[in-house]
Amino acid sequence: MSHYAYFVAGWLIVIGALGIVRSRNLVQAIVCLAVAQSGTYVLLLSVGYQWGAAPPLFSEPATKPTLHVVDPLVQAMTLTDIVVSATVTSMLLAIAIQIHKRTGSIDPDELDALRG
Amino acid sequence: MVTFDHGAAALVPLAVAGPIVVACILLVAGRSVPRLAVDVTAIAAALAEAGLLAYLLSSAAGGRLVTWVAGWTPHHGYSVGIVLVVDPLGAGIALLAACLTAIALLFSTRYFESIEAHYHALILLFLSGMVGLSLTADLFNMFVFFELMGAAAYGLTAVQIEDESALQGGLNFGIVNSLGAYISLTGLGFLFARTGSVGLPQLQTGLAHHRPDALVIAAFVLVLTGFLVKGALVPFHFWLADAHAVAPAPVCVLFSGVMVPLGIYAAFRIYWAVFAPVLPLGDVRRTFLVLGALTAVVGSIMSLTQRHFKRMLAYSTIAHAGLFVVALACLSVAGTAGALLYVAGHAGVKGALFLIAGVMLSRYGSVDELALYGAGRGQKAMGWLLVAGALALAGLPPFGTALGKAVAEDAGSAAGYGWVPVLFVAVSALTAGAILRVAARVYWGLGPKPVEWSQARSSGNVGEPETRLQRLPVTMVIAIGTLLVGALVMGLLPGLHSVANRAAASFTDSAGYANQALHNVHELVAAPVTPNWTGLGLGLGFLSAGCACLVAVAGLYGSRLVKFLPGLRAFRSPIDLLHRLHSGHVGDYVAFMMVGIAALAAFVGLPLR
Repeated sequence: MSHYAYFVAGWLIVIGALGIVRSRNLVQAIVCLAVAQSGTYVLLLSVGYQWGAAPPLFSEPATKPTLHVVDPLVQAMTLTDIVVSATVTSMLLAIAIQIHKRTGSIDPDELDALRG
Repeated sequence: MVTFDHGAAALVPLAVAGPIVVACILLVAGRSVPRLAVDVTAIAAALAEAGLLAYLLSSAAGGRLVTWVAGWTPHHGYSVGIVLVVDPLGAGIALLAACLTAIALLFSTRYFESIEAHYHALILLFLSGMVGLSLTADLFNMFVFFELMGAAAYGLTAVQIEDESALQGGLNFGIVNSLGAYISLTGLGFLFARTGSVGLPQLQTGLAHHRPDALVIAAFVLVLTGFLVKGALVPFHFWLADAHAVAPAPVCVLFSGVMVPLGIYAAFRIYWAVFAPVLPLGDVRRTFLVLGALTAVVGSIMSLTQRHFKRMLAYSTIAHAGLFVVALACLSVAGTAGALLYVAGHAGVKGALFLIAGVMLSRYGSVDELALYGAGRGQKAMGWLLVAGALALAGLPPFGTALGKAVAEDAGSAAGYGWVPVLFVAVSALTAGAILRVAARVYWGLGPKPVEWSQARSSGNVGEPETRLQRLPVTMVIAIGTLLVGALVMGLLPGLHSVANRAAASFTDSAGYANQALHNVHELVAAPVTPNWTGLGLGLGFLSAGCACLVAVAGLYGSRLVKFLPGLRAFRSPIDLLHRLHSGHVGDYVAFMMVGIAALAAFVGLPLR
């Protein structure tokens, strides 16, 4: 079962990259980028996950931390990763909107201002 | 419990946070104050940052500065905290970034007629990302700074939103670089799964004493991918020409001068700080030598066959990035020192060349070598500056580029690769010859009047410039002059080679890096004291400059040459094919990136079976 999560993570990254390669629509390509990034969330979370473990919450200083908690570090990293994703995706979508305004097209096959 | 001394080390986080604070202030207050105040504040912030980094550099000269952010110091060599390690090489690159930022902002004052404070804020955020990337010793932190730098850079590329090609360039840049960053993050996940930490020193101790198995090799390849994309190595390089061709000239100074070298810096920082004790040296050396040499060759051919001047400079940056990698790939103190000197010299020279391209765009509304034939006959002074820049790029002594090349060539020969000096001379001559050809056509009107127009390639008529300048503003002249003089002075500073040797010795000392960060053990490694110039280095420098002039003459009168030697036509179709591969299509770029990852994995992994 735990291998399943790694498989999902790898699948999301590869299918996201493949989606950008095959995309005929810039918005779709940007969403594919976000899909590839979702793979990294799944990977990070599954690296730190333990079956049957408690969430990493230690409310009272007196309680001894139990050994069976999931890894808080990867959760913090995933949160940071999501913030980064929001920044980059919004930036790229803004550029895509501007491209549509200037050229009337968001098909990468029709955008040929940059060749050679 | 290990105690870490403070003092200069306490100032390290300020170097990262300072520009962010000023950027926020500019974003809030920028609308209500005059443009001059915004310009002055931003330049002052960049200069203050340079001052702070110079202080950190001088404090780190005797070793390294280690800061555990918020006091999460390690217990028995383990900590979940974030560590910043300032060594002379990292601080030097950060200082270079701050100086170039100040010059780019100075040039921008008159380059953009109407631009709001968000441009200055983006530049300062960009600076903060670059400084953070050079000073951190935490892999996840590197990813975050990579993306901070990236997001600011995508915005800066597309800052002139009325220009269609700028938007496309920004988008290609953004998608390819961010995908690279996520692939790096995947590799980081692998490393975390193995070691339970993300700090570079902890990763080194966590991976040591094991055979390099499939997971370590996969992690090495994936983590490096993002940084090699930033460092524009073939086949990860496609985004660079698009982004550099369309970004405003002062932004290109930062892109070519430090952002691309920073990608290479990060890749080799990760190699030395984490993987050097695990992976066999010969394997890694061969991989990077092949990658670097391929990049240098592809970059120089593409550069030579451009007519869009900024695109030519962009491909020239790719070619020189290949040379940096070849120098670093010697995996020796001498090679690293050569690359460091070369990066610093190249930053000044390439920055000046990009600014001259900006001046051309402002004055003539185009950077197309053929369309501008003879357009600059009245402005010979700028023409001479362009010639000086081209010869400096070729490595004419005593420019800093020549010093870096000489040291790197020497290191290549010493490592047993006799072809390294040949490659350096050839790439220098081809890339600089192309620029000399532009100078001769635009400012002197030499060669036959061009008539041939190939539709398969970008012309230089991209976008309208912000302003059509009638007279050249003094700020622009100062910016170009400072960069060129800086590159010249670098080559004349006595003892600079020995300083670079010390920085390189500290950079390549894997065990010392981990020991000082985790156990606060200072051990200085000895570095050789060497003179700046050798006879062979000087000779190769003059040879490159001479060959560059020959390449320029051949470029000007090439059509006549073909009449005498029809066999030269055979080269046309492979070069056209190479140009067609650079399609401007983001899907193609991502496909090549996947091929690159597979090739890299095969190169590193297969010999270890």
